[in-house]
Amino acid sequence: MLTARGKVPLVTRQMLVFFALLFSYPLWASAVGLYDYIGVEIAIWIIYALGYNLLLGYTGLPSFGHGAFLGIGAYAYGLSQLDLSGGVWIGLLLAVCAATAAAGLVACFLSHRRGIYFALMTIAFGQIFWFVAIKWHGVTGGEDGLLNVLRPELGLGVASISLKSNTTLYYFAAALLAVIVVILWRVLHSPFGAAIQAIRMNETRARFLGYRVWLIKWSVFTLSGAFAGLAGGLFCLTQESAYPDVMSLHASGFVVMMTLIGGGFVSFWGPVVGVIVFFLARDLLGSVTEAWLLWYGLLFMAVMLFEPEGVAGAWGRIAARLGSQKVAAPAAGKEAST
Amino acid sequence: MSLFTAEHLHKRFGDQVVLEDVSLAFESGAVSGIMGPNGAGKSTCFNVLTGLHRPDRGRVTFDGEDITGLAPDEIARRGVSRSFQIMTLFDEFTALENILVALPEVRRGLGRPFWQPRADAEAIEEAREVLAQVGLEGRAGTPAAALPYGERRALEIAVALAARPRIVFLDEPTQGLGTEGRARLSALIRELRHRYTLVIIEHDMGFLFGLADRISVIHWGQVIAEGTPGALRAKDRVRAAGPGRTP
Repeated sequence: MLTARGKVPLVTRQMLVFFALLFSYPLWASAVGLYDYIGVEIAIWIIYALGYNLLLGYTGLPSFGHGAFLGIGAYAYGLSQLDLSGGVWIGLLLAVCAATAAAGLVACFLSHRRGIYFALMTIAFGQIFWFVAIKWHGVTGGEDGLLNVLRPELGLGVASISLKSNTTLYYFAAALLAVIVVILWRVLHSPFGAAIQAIRMNETRARFLGYRVWLIKWSVFTLSGAFAGLAGGLFCLTQESAYPDVMSLHASGFVVMMTLIGGGFVSFWGPVVGVIVFFLARDLLGSVTEAWLLWYGLLFMAVMLFEPEGVAGAWGRIAARLGSQKVAAPAAGKEAST
Repeated sequence: MSLFTAEHLHKRFGDQVVLEDVSLAFESGAVSGIMGPNGAGKSTCFNVLTGLHRPDRGRVTFDGEDITGLAPDEIARRGVSRSFQIMTLFDEFTALENILVALPEVRRGLGRPFWQPRADAEAIEEAREVLAQVGLEGRAGTPAAALPYGERRALEIAVALAARPRIVFLDEPTQGLGTEGRARLSALIRELRHRYTLVIIEHDMGFLFGLADRISVIHWGQVIAEGTPGALRAKDRVRAAGPGRTP
């Protein structure tokens, strides 16, 4: 976590492996039966889940209404394209700003709460935003949502690229994800990162050491809302639409399940694994049965019963058993790497 | 003037009076003891002094300033530190990391932009020194949860010391320790008394009598006796109130 293991590198070995897989994906995706579009979805949801894990895994605050900020990001991006036609960058910036503002506002009500009260209030706020999205026809388009948010050209200063092709869009999302990974890693290894983990382990002690616990909770909630907003903007860019369903309670539950299945409590990479498992399950199980969510739900229950630390926890244990403790096992824990 | 004072503190939970007109004064550089049987109101007293509970009436001052009713973190930032009777550690952090998060400069580093490198070497050096003070220098890399009980007790105190406090409240530091552990803790506190102003809650009379410069005895929420260990030893009332082991 903190700094006790010497200097924190900007990019770790695990990141290099991840980036190598990430950026080579379009080259081998079709060979294993995957395609670019699911890659885009996975990249977006990883941004969302990694940001969410700041809250759940690192600070220990369960938010069950986080879809609200994904949705607000999506609507903000969509509106910016439909009403302002400001391009991708402005749209994403607005998505992040809108979600951050909303999360900051909600966090004012949450930052003094903990445990079940915190969780229930996140559900309540999530439902409020979802309801507003459905009812505020004039702005959100009601249940249909915002449609025909066409993908604009991506301006890169000297040139601009069309994002019409999913492959190009994938590289764009992957590049953003890579930046987010580096930023999050840095945040988590800053004094702020240490403080949020300290709050998870012992809020009382943190307070008696002089930490302004409510302010830190407020900040981390708002920050994780910002990442959700970015993911939401990308979501709208990709889907060319924004609709209330992403803000619903069950959609908010997905990110919780992904984080837990992957092992967000024990590893930085947990949410990454969780997102990949979810989308593979959707495609693989979904091709067999329409009731794939039933099976995914059962999988979730099995993981929680038999492997509560998720895939990353299991991996860490297997790696340890194989006697590779000396070599820092990838994903074997937040501390494992350098 | 005393470094830390409590004046006429009253506190009740529901219809139960827990503190009744408690006045205390802790001198800078001294070891003060608060003694009394279980349930006498010692811990509530600590909780009121360190900001967890607001007193119904009365005043708490630190360094001449009124700190009554301030939040625990505000009081802590002024230099009041405490340990807990029930162990309150960051279990997944290593011993060294427990100390690091307690250091004021790490806490203050929160506002620093995340992309700036941090001057960690100094902080780590200081954290190691704090660990060495309580004899845990060899345990720096061990997760707090994996330490044996006695060492966890020592770490509990070390975390309070790491905050670079001007006064340290130790809530039943001998809780759960055997004879040997108590002796070791007693030696540790003898070391620390040269560097810190300490206030210790204890129901073990023998432990406190050997350490404290001044002792206040609390019973049924009231201060029933006060004085040096020598003066108190003479008083029978204390023995009546204290079920702990006699020296």
